[in-house]
Amino acid sequence: MPVELISANHAAALAATLAGRANRTARGFCSGVYPITPSTECMEYLCGQEIEKGKVVRADSEHNAMGICIGASASGARSFTTTCSNGLAYMIENCVAAAGYRLPIVMSVANRTLGPPWNIWADHGDSLMMRDLGWLQLYSADNQEVFDTVLCAFKLAEDPRVMMPALTCMDGFILSHTMAQVEVPSQEQVDRFLPPTDIPQRLDKSAHTLGQMETPHQSVVHRMQHHQAMLTAQQVYAEIQDSFEEVFGRRPADPLVTYRAEDAETLIVSMGTLGVTAERVVDQLREQGQAVGSVRVRMFRPVLDGDLRKIFAGKKRIAVLDRDVSIGFGGVLWGEVRGFAEPATIVQNYMVGVGGGDVRPEHMLTLLAELEQSHESGAPQIVEVA
Amino acid sequence: MMNEPALNGMAYTERDRREPLLRPGNSNCGGCGMSNLMQMLRRAAADRELKMVVPACCAAVTSGGFPESAFSIPTIMSTFASAASVATGVAAVAQLNGEETRVICLAGDGGTYDIGMGTLSAAAERNEDILYICYDNEIYGNTGGQRSSATPVGAATTSTLRGKQEGKKDILGIMAAHRIPYAASISLAHIDDTLRKLQFALDAKGFRFLHVLSPCPTGWKSEPAMGIELVRLAVRSGLFPVFEVFDGERYLINVEPEFSAEALTMYLALQRRFRNTGVTEESLRPSIERYWNYLRLMSGRIVPARRN
Ligand SMILES: Cc1ncc(C[n+]2csc(CCOP(=O)(O)OP(=O)(O)O)c2C)c(N)n1
Ligand code: SF4
Ligand SMILES: [Mg+2]
Repeated sequence: MPVELISANHAAALAATLAGRANRTARGFCSGVYPITPSTECMEYLCGQEIEKGKVVRADSEHNAMGICIGASASGARSFTTTCSNGLAYMIENCVAAAGYRLPIVMSVANRTLGPPWNIWADHGDSLMMRDLGWLQLYSADNQEVFDTVLCAFKLAEDPRVMMPALTCMDGFILSHTMAQVEVPSQEQVDRFLPPTDIPQRLDKSAHTLGQMETPHQSVVHRMQHHQAMLTAQQVYAEIQDSFEEVFGRRPADPLVTYRAEDAETLIVSMGTLGVTAERVVDQLREQGQAVGSVRVRMFRPVLDGDLRKIFAGKKRIAVLDRDVSIGFGGVLWGEVRGFAEPATIVQNYMVGVGGGDVRPEHMLTLLAELEQSHESGAPQIVEVA
Repeated sequence: MMNEPALNGMAYTERDRREPLLRPGNSNCGGCGMSNLMQMLRRAAADRELKMVVPACCAAVTSGGFPESAFSIPTIMSTFASAASVATGVAAVAQLNGEETRVICLAGDGGTYDIGMGTLSAAAERNEDILYICYDNEIYGNTGGQRSSATPVGAATTSTLRGKQEGKKDILGIMAAHRIPYAASISLAHIDDTLRKLQFALDAKGFRFLHVLSPCPTGWKSEPAMGIELVRLAVRSGLFPVFEVFDGERYLINVEPEFSAEALTMYLALQRRFRNTGVTEESLRPSIERYWNYLRLMSGRIVPARRN
C-alpha cells in the first residue's frame, strides 16, 4: 500500500474524500465546512479535492456547516465536516439535531481549548462537551489511526444497527499538524470497504416529516433506541475491524488500547496522544521493575464499561490522566471510568496538559511516583506542566 | 381553514382537497395566514416535486406530532437558525443526483429577520437553488407573541407591552442587496399576483425570496375571518408595498396603493395590538411616504407617494 507523508488533518480529509467518492454510485457526497485553528487544514484539503458526485459548501459558520451536513445527509448523501473548540461550541445546537435525526455524519475534531481567553492548544474539553448528545466518539493517537478511524467511523455510523453521527478526535497541533507516514489505500479498496450508504429515514418521495414534535413517551422510546444502538457500536466495530483487515491487510486499533496492562499493578488511563507518552513511561518503569501498564481509551462513546471493568480488575492503583477539566468536578474521563474500578483500587485523577500544556514522560513519572506513595484515592488534581 | 370568500374559493379546489399541502386536522389557529399561504403554494406547485425545510416557528407545530404529519411533502424540521443551510444541503444533493425537486424553506419572521439572518444571507450570497418563503406574522408566534425585528412600530407584543418603539426591518431591501435572482412581497389578498409569483419563484433557479404578510389573529388580536381583509388594508394604505425585485436591481411595483387614510385607520383599528400604544395613521404616514419615495426611485417611477 502506498505511503504518504501527511499531517493528521490531511489524513482525516483524505479519508473523507475517499469515503465521499465511494458513495458516487449512490447519492453522492456533500459537506459544509468552516475554518478554525487547528482544524483548518482539514477543511482546506477537502476544498481542494475533486469528488465525483460531491460538493463541498463553504459555509458562513460552523452552525451552518453542520446545517448543510444535515440537509445533505437527510437527502441520503455521505457527509463529513471538521471543527473544534469554539467552532464546535457554536455548532453544537445542530450537532444535537444531527443526532436526533440519527444521521450518520462524521466529524473530525482537532481538539483545542475553549475560550476566551483565547488558546489554540490541545485540550479535550471541546469534544467532551458533546459527551451526552448521542454522537459516537473516537480518539486517535497517530496519523495512521486518524486515517483509519475516519474510514471506520463512516462504516460504523452508517451501519443500520448504529445509524448515528460520529466524532473522530485528534489532539490539536500535536497530531493535527504533525507530518507522519500514512498508508493510503486505493479508491477500489475503499469502495469495497465502504459500500454505498443507505439512510432509511432520508427525505424521499413519501411525505414523512423528520424531526417533528413528539410526546414525552415518544422521546423516551427514541432515546432508548438511540442508546441501545450506541451500545451495539462496540460489537459492530469489532466486525468492522475484521472487514477492514480483510480489505486493507492491516487491523485498525482496538476501542481500548492496552499496553502491558495484564500483569500491571498500576495502570495509566488516558485518551489521545497522552496514551503514547504513557506507553513510553510504562517501558521506563518496567525496566526499573515496576509493574505498570497503560490503557488508552479510543472509544469514549459508547463507554466500554464491561471491558474497562475487566482491565481494571485486581489493580492496586489507577492514574486517570485527563486533558480536560470539568470545572467544579474534576476530569471527565476520571468521572466516567472511576466507577469501573474495584473498591480496593486507588483511583487518582490528574488533569495534565490542560490548555495544551506539553506533557512529557518526566511529568508522568513524577505523578506515578506520588501515586505509588498514596494509600487512598485523593481529590482530583490539576497539574501544571509548564 | 375556512373557505375564505375573499379568495373566491380559489384556494379550495378539487385538487387541493384531494392532496392539500397542508392537510386537514393541522393545529394552526383559525384564520392563520400561513394556512392560506400553504393552500396557495399547493395550487402554484401543482405537480412539481417539493421538499420543505421548516425551522422552529408556528409551522414546526403545524405538522403535528410524530409519526403523523399535516404536511403532504417530505419535510425536515431544522433548528431555528438553520433553515437556509439545511436547505442548502438538500438542494445540493438533489442537484448532484439530477433531481428536479424544488427545495422550499418555510420560515417565520423570527427565523428570517432575526436568528436566521446570517444563515439566510449566506445562502443568498452563495445563490443556492432554494425558494425561501417567509410568512411574516410580525411576532414570535410560537413562543407566545414576543417582538421580532419584523414587528411594526406601535404593535404591542408580550415583550413590548406598550408597543414597539422601532420600525420593521426592510427585508426585501436586504435581500435585494444580495443581488439574488428574485425577491418579492406577496399579498394574500391579491390571489392572481400571489399565484403568479409563487409559480415564477418555483420555476426560477438560484436563490428566490418571498415575503408574505401573514395575518395572525392570535398575535394581532384580530378577528380570524378578517385576516385577508387586513392584508388588503395594509396594501391599500401603502403600509405593505407589493413589489418584486429581479437580480437585485429591477424593481417592479405590482399593486398601486391608494394611500388612503381610511384604510390605514381601519387597519389599525381592527387589531387590538395597536390599541393604546399611541400609533396612529398620522404617526405612520411619514415613514410610509419615505419608503414609497425610495420604491419609486428604485422602480424608476417618479410619482409622489401620495397622490391625493
Ligand atoms: C435557538 C432557539 N432559540 C429559541 C427558540 C424558541 N423559539 C421557537 S420558535 C420561536 C419564535 C418563532 O418566531 P417566528 O420565526 O416569527 O415564527 P412564528 O412562531 O411566528 O411562526 C422561538 C423564539 C428555539 N426553538 N431555538
Ligand atoms: S399564532 Fe398566529 S401564526 Fe401561529 S398558528 Fe396561530 S395564527 Fe398562525
Ligand atoms: Mg413570526
